[in-house]
Amino acid sequence: MSSATTDAAISATPDDGVVRAADGTPLKKSLARALRREKTRSFLLIAPLLLFILISFIAPIADMLFRSVENNIVEDTIPRTVEALKEWDPDSDELPSEDVFAALHADLEIAVKQRIHTRLGSRLNYEASGMSGLFRKTGRSVRRMDEGNYREQFIEADEDWGELETWRVIRRFSAPYTAGYFLNAVDAERTSEGIELKPENERIYLTLFNRTLVMSLAITLSCLLLGFPIAYLLAHLSLRTSNMLLILVLLPFWTSLLVRTSAWKVLLQQQGVINDFLVWIGLIDDANRLVMINNQTGTIIAMTHILLPFMILPLFSVMKTISPSYVRAAKSLGANDWTAFWRVYFPQTIPGIGAGAILVFILSIGYYITPELVGGTSGIFISNRIAYHISSSLNWGLAAALGTILLALVMLLFYVYDKIVGIDNVKLG
Amino acid sequence: MSENRGAAVRYESVQKSYDGETLVVKNLNLDIARGEFLTMLGPSGSGKTTCLMMLAGFEPATHGEIFLNDRPINNVPPHKRGIGMVFQNYALFPHMTVAENLAFPLQVRGISKADQSSRVQRALDMVELGTFGSRRPAQLSGGQQQRVAVARALVFDPELVLMDEPLGALDKQLREQMQYEIKHIHENLGVTIVYVTHDQTEALTMSDRVAVFNDGVIQQLSTPDALYESPQNSFVAQFIGENNKLNGTVTSVEGTTCGVEVGTGIHLKADPVNISGVGSKTTLSLRPERVELQPEAPMENMVDGHIEELIYLGDHIRVRMNVAGNDEFVVKVRNRGQRRKIAEGETVKIGWAASDCKALDAVA
Repeated sequence: MSSATTDAAISATPDDGVVRAADGTPLKKSLARALRREKTRSFLLIAPLLLFILISFIAPIADMLFRSVENNIVEDTIPRTVEALKEWDPDSDELPSEDVFAALHADLEIAVKQRIHTRLGSRLNYEASGMSGLFRKTGRSVRRMDEGNYREQFIEADEDWGELETWRVIRRFSAPYTAGYFLNAVDAERTSEGIELKPENERIYLTLFNRTLVMSLAITLSCLLLGFPIAYLLAHLSLRTSNMLLILVLLPFWTSLLVRTSAWKVLLQQQGVINDFLVWIGLIDDANRLVMINNQTGTIIAMTHILLPFMILPLFSVMKTISPSYVRAAKSLGANDWTAFWRVYFPQTIPGIGAGAILVFILSIGYYITPELVGGTSGIFISNRIAYHISSSLNWGLAAALGTILLALVMLLFYVYDKIVGIDNVKLG
Repeated sequence: MSENRGAAVRYESVQKSYDGETLVVKNLNLDIARGEFLTMLGPSGSGKTTCLMMLAGFEPATHGEIFLNDRPINNVPPHKRGIGMVFQNYALFPHMTVAENLAFPLQVRGISKADQSSRVQRALDMVELGTFGSRRPAQLSGGQQQRVAVARALVFDPELVLMDEPLGALDKQLREQMQYEIKHIHENLGVTIVYVTHDQTEALTMSDRVAVFNDGVIQQLSTPDALYESPQNSFVAQFIGENNKLNGTVTSVEGTTCGVEVGTGIHLKADPVNISGVGSKTTLSLRPERVELQPEAPMENMVDGHIEELIYLGDHIRVRMNVAGNDEFVVKVRNRGQRRKIAEGETVKIGWAASDCKALDAVA
């Protein structure tokens, strides 16, 4: 009896072709209902972390990225002037009309009362030097101005108001969004002839981006050269010994980054341990001590040391999974030690090399503390410049633009790597 | 090749120790003839794989010398020995296609590109994988990978091929099929094969001779049938096939039979293979299918057995019974249809010939 009902329920394929569960509801719906509880529970489990990441990580980054194009300050501070300036043709050889000066007076009176006119001055100063002083100076005299004939009074207060370039800058940057920060970040500027690169001796960011990339590559390469033999050794020793050595590899993680970097200062400086030793064994002359710190050499040496574990660990975990029978098979087939290594062992370590190289490269491209401490002027990275704009020059827009470019660059390299090597070829363990 | 009557492989008092305290291989002497299929059979830790690895060159012998075609090879590195090898997990190079895997030994020998591809194709055809050259090992089934591994070990025409438990990872049906295929390849090519396994069926099916290893020593070296029919000691009797043990004491030895007293007052006749004389302890070895249940004519040995359990297996019935105090005594009864019914709990007569009952060294 009961088996007959079961058969009927299973074999009842209705006319509409929908597979149904025993109680007649469509099977898909029934399955979704059964899984919903599970899905809700797992979502609730990750919800706190998700929220934390959203609030403390995603939102600030999005805000920072937005700052790289945001330019509300001009419109917010001098709204009437911005409106009035729309009538003016910046390519004409005439100053804006009296209306514009009147609007500027009205705007500035309010701005001075709220003490926000100097902020606008600093903002515009990023684009053309002298603007900060212009606004500060004008701010002092704007209250004493009489009604009418504002143009002359403004030019009297500061003769820059009589310059066409001043007005062009204000007009150019009156839009709520600007590409100015990004142009600045790649050493370009918008002149009356359009966008062009700054003179060669003023290009700092391109040089810094270039240097950051080249040095990060050098660091990745030296990490690979130093890390590969160590990982190989670790993967081929007995478990006891390799665990011991692995602790030594991890040991630096338990020491402060600052301490490790400072140790390199002691070692590398001209009166330091290495130079003293080289002089003592007579390899170099006391007068010609090597300059190994506060330059690129210092940064590369110290960062290679600090990032080495990130290369060794993925390499080690990949090498550990390579069965020794592959190399044995290669030898039994007639390959000598080198051929067996190069043709059979090495290609199988590429996922580990990829993982380690990506890790080290991405970490080093955004590295800050070590280049700051041992880099001097020639060994600093783009991140040091970003930090400078965040905390010293307070040009957050430019810092955000530099950061955005760095992020885009990393993602681009990631994409290129995916195209060449394949991201599924990366194995961390 | 056929003129030279020397052994293809000769182990001469070879010893091996990993830790300097215990010997894994104790004084091994073994000659392997050209074209022979020799299997090293034994439980894990018996030293059989170590012997193979020493021959392949991956483990140095602690003492003694191994000869390949009468040439000592202790100081020859593995890649110059020219021995083909099939590994336990095939060790196919995962980053190369099947054809590249097969071409590898030819490349490192500097064989021309055209020659390479024709030999690779021939080897692939031999294992019936002619169209699989462009695939990666991961895209093949276990059995196909196994064949590629065999083809790769043979593609450079070695005279000697070593196989280290090559069928261990396959399921039962595939394993049996591959046993025949490897045997046929061996017959067709005439290569010498040294095969390591812990599976006695595999050893018995494929080999010309089997060396049974235990505790670092070859316990017996003989043809598969001799190994089963006339084991030289209790270990071999126990390890190869099913075996009934009866412990007793030798009471008399007369030519090809000896008298053995088992338990209290049960006197049996046995074939004295490995005993040290009257009065010594012995273990009798008796194959389950050689025992007759309720024999019609009287036999040399007749005892009572109490039936403990009957297991129906289709073509035969396993009868577990208590004989002379041993309740693990198994008798295989062929399913002939019109036999008298037996039931658990009955006591019946059983009998066997003295020549089927081997008196071997005593084990507990």
